[in-house]
Amino acid sequence: MISVQTEDFDHCIEYKALRENADSDGAIVTFTGLVRDFNIDRSVSNIVVEHYPGMTEKSLMNICSDARKQWELGQVRIIHRVGTIEASQQIVFVGVTSKHRKDSFEAAHYIMDALKTKAPFWKQEATSKGMEWVASKASDEAAYKKW
Amino acid sequence: MIQIRFFASLRERLGLSSMNFEYSGEKTVNELMIELIDKGDRWLLLKEQDVLIAVNQTLCAKDANINDGDEIAFFPPVTGG
Repeated sequence: MISVQTEDFDHCIEYKALRENADSDGAIVTFTGLVRDFNIDRSVSNIVVEHYPGMTEKSLMNICSDARKQWELGQVRIIHRVGTIEASQQIVFVGVTSKHRKDSFEAAHYIMDALKTKAPFWKQEATSKGMEWVASKASDEAAYKKW
Repeated sequence: MIQIRFFASLRERLGLSSMNFEYSGEKTVNELMIELIDKGDRWLLLKEQDVLIAVNQTLCAKDANINDGDEIAFFPPVTGG
């Protein structure tokens, strides 16, 4: 299931839902991304996340189905927040279940690498110099290409 | 008629989030870009190397075909997560 939302999420509720529906799965891997309070040499007080409604959901669905082709997975849950988010707050959640741990570990890692390079989200950071668009990183693209 | 959308820093720099564009005949995204650039220099930034293109909300290359009614989007590299 995919959610693109302005509201925060509760990791415990998400984990519980994954666990309750895990059936014969033996592994749950979750990843939670937080908004850093710095970028390179500047402090960041909050960020604003813009996205492309419609394409965002489509892109996340494609990432999920690509992951399902590569690994044997039970459930896949992705939450990504949009709008204004304060530093240190949660921004993204990925939860994956599978029969064996390797599938969940790798799929969660893949989903994050794919999300960072394919899903149409853009961050602006509020720094002492005003709002600044975050530049994409070559290392993110390289991480995705390894898959 | 096609709809052209712009996001993030590209939207800001163009001062435009979307526009309708009269469209006739079959064209590729590249041909559409040339047509826009012919209309004014402000569109030159669409040619910047890192600009990404989506047709009907799917990432694609400049040689992708456009049909009447399509939604075309231009945006900078994504930075979510």
